[in-house]
Amino acid sequence: MIKLENIKKIFNQNTVDETIALNNINLKINEGDFISIIGSNGAGKTTLFNIISGHIFPTSGDIYINDKKVTKEPEYKRACYIGRIFQNPTIGTASNMTIEENLTLAYKKGMRGLKISLNSKMRKELKEKLSLLNLGLENRMTDLVSLLSGGQRQALSLLMAVLSKPTLLLLDEHTAALDPKNANVVLNLTEKFVREYKLTTLMITHNMSHAINYGNRLIMMDKGEIIFDVSGEAKKKLTVEKLIDNFHKIRHTELDNDKILLE
Amino acid sequence: MLEGIFFEGLIYSLMVLGVYITFRFLDFPDLTVDGSFPLGAAISAFLLINGFDPFLSLIFAFSGGLLAGTITAIIHNKLKVPGLLAGILTMTMLYSINIRILGNRANVSLLKTTSIFSFADSFSNINKEFFIIIFLILFILAIKSIIDLFFITDLGLSLRAMGNNEKFIIQLGINPEILKIIGIALSNGLVALSGSIWAQYQGFSDVGMGQGIIIAGLASVMLGEFFIFSRKNIFLMTSSAIIGSLIYRTIMYFGRFYGYYINITPNDLKLLTGLLIIFSIIISKIKKREYL
Repeated sequence: MIKLENIKKIFNQNTVDETIALNNINLKINEGDFISIIGSNGAGKTTLFNIISGHIFPTSGDIYINDKKVTKEPEYKRACYIGRIFQNPTIGTASNMTIEENLTLAYKKGMRGLKISLNSKMRKELKEKLSLLNLGLENRMTDLVSLLSGGQRQALSLLMAVLSKPTLLLLDEHTAALDPKNANVVLNLTEKFVREYKLTTLMITHNMSHAINYGNRLIMMDKGEIIFDVSGEAKKKLTVEKLIDNFHKIRHTELDNDKILLE
Repeated sequence: MLEGIFFEGLIYSLMVLGVYITFRFLDFPDLTVDGSFPLGAAISAFLLINGFDPFLSLIFAFSGGLLAGTITAIIHNKLKVPGLLAGILTMTMLYSINIRILGNRANVSLLKTTSIFSFADSFSNINKEFFIIIFLILFILAIKSIIDLFFITDLGLSLRAMGNNEKFIIQLGINPEILKIIGIALSNGLVALSGSIWAQYQGFSDVGMGQGIIIAGLASVMLGEFFIFSRKNIFLMTSSAIIGSLIYRTIMYFGRFYGYYINITPNDLKLLTGLLIIFSIIISKIKKREYL
């Protein structure tokens, strides 16, 4: 279980450029949750991911993963149990190395020793895993990753992220840079892996229907706050229209409150 | 005459392997090598004069290089300065340190001490050179094989991924700072080893012998890649570094001995090296445009 307590992130604190990116975020992520996160640009979605992954540290508040406080743990240590996939397909792989070398690297997290893991037994195992992607990559094991298309690279990143069975998987608009066909391929693979490996997953998306169709829980963010959090049956009944209505309703009341304050 | 090219090319190929590691694998242009090459030479000179075993001095020279590389990596990691500046800092500090190691002198003769080449003294002159070349080839191949093996281990793979994509390394749960230390230390260890052997071969250690080493190394790396180019096969990659070293020394040799026909003096060799690099880059760019 992952718990965020009163997370606040202020950029450029005490300067004229001060921005509150996250404001009092409280979030409990249960084991096995597949949460889609939506929200407009600047809502704080990526900042939230950066804080969970340890890329940046919160200004105040704490993060607990399985009851262990990890607020100040550096990113590379947290990466041992948190997998993350970025929008840019080039970030998740080493392009000047072969597919099998990339997979070997991803097989185990943490500092490496002088063992030679990439042997014929490993190759056979990697081939099996690659065939799960259904992209024919299992026949191109010794090709450089730079030869792959964006969709293939993102699918490979996904496989590499799930190979080590992370406690938490963060997907940061991982299909946004792909064409619709490839985006669907990667999304379906995502769902398959999440289901099969029972991965706890957070997925940022700008596509409302994706957010509704995938996952068991949906979170909407705005201006650094979580304004909407549905799960279970209530989420199943959601439609895009209802979601937009909801958004306006919440925003509207806020506006009204502001008006009242100003008067 | 021509065997001189082999001596130079083989001994310097260790240095080129070191430069190849930082330049191609770590993507870290490391200027420390201009200081770690004479460091290796100075350490060996000090030990040989004090009667140490020449092969033992190689190990100390290698360790000295490891230390120099570690310092550059730590400056880069902890002070967050660019790699170039970190290298220049260590290189400059090493200049003073090297003079101290040489006993506050800029130049120490090793003609009267034993060296790793002393075994050949019992042979006649022609045989002597032959045996030294065989010995060097075996020695370089042994080191090359160790490096080849290292870069297919899990640690070696992560080092190669490091220069490719640092964010990826973090995602793998590895601290990139530690990888940088290992890679830059290893590279400078090889360069210092090369410097140590070079000093023993030419019979003196000079504090200025490191000048332009990085440029010579880069030129060799690029020349080697014209003949053997690979991004996949580690055996071919290290081979290209060694071939590149031999080719570079051949060109320099002809520059030195036949250059006077076109008015090239030994003073022009640095200019020649620089132009060689520039032409190498231009040619590789033209090649790429053709193939794309």
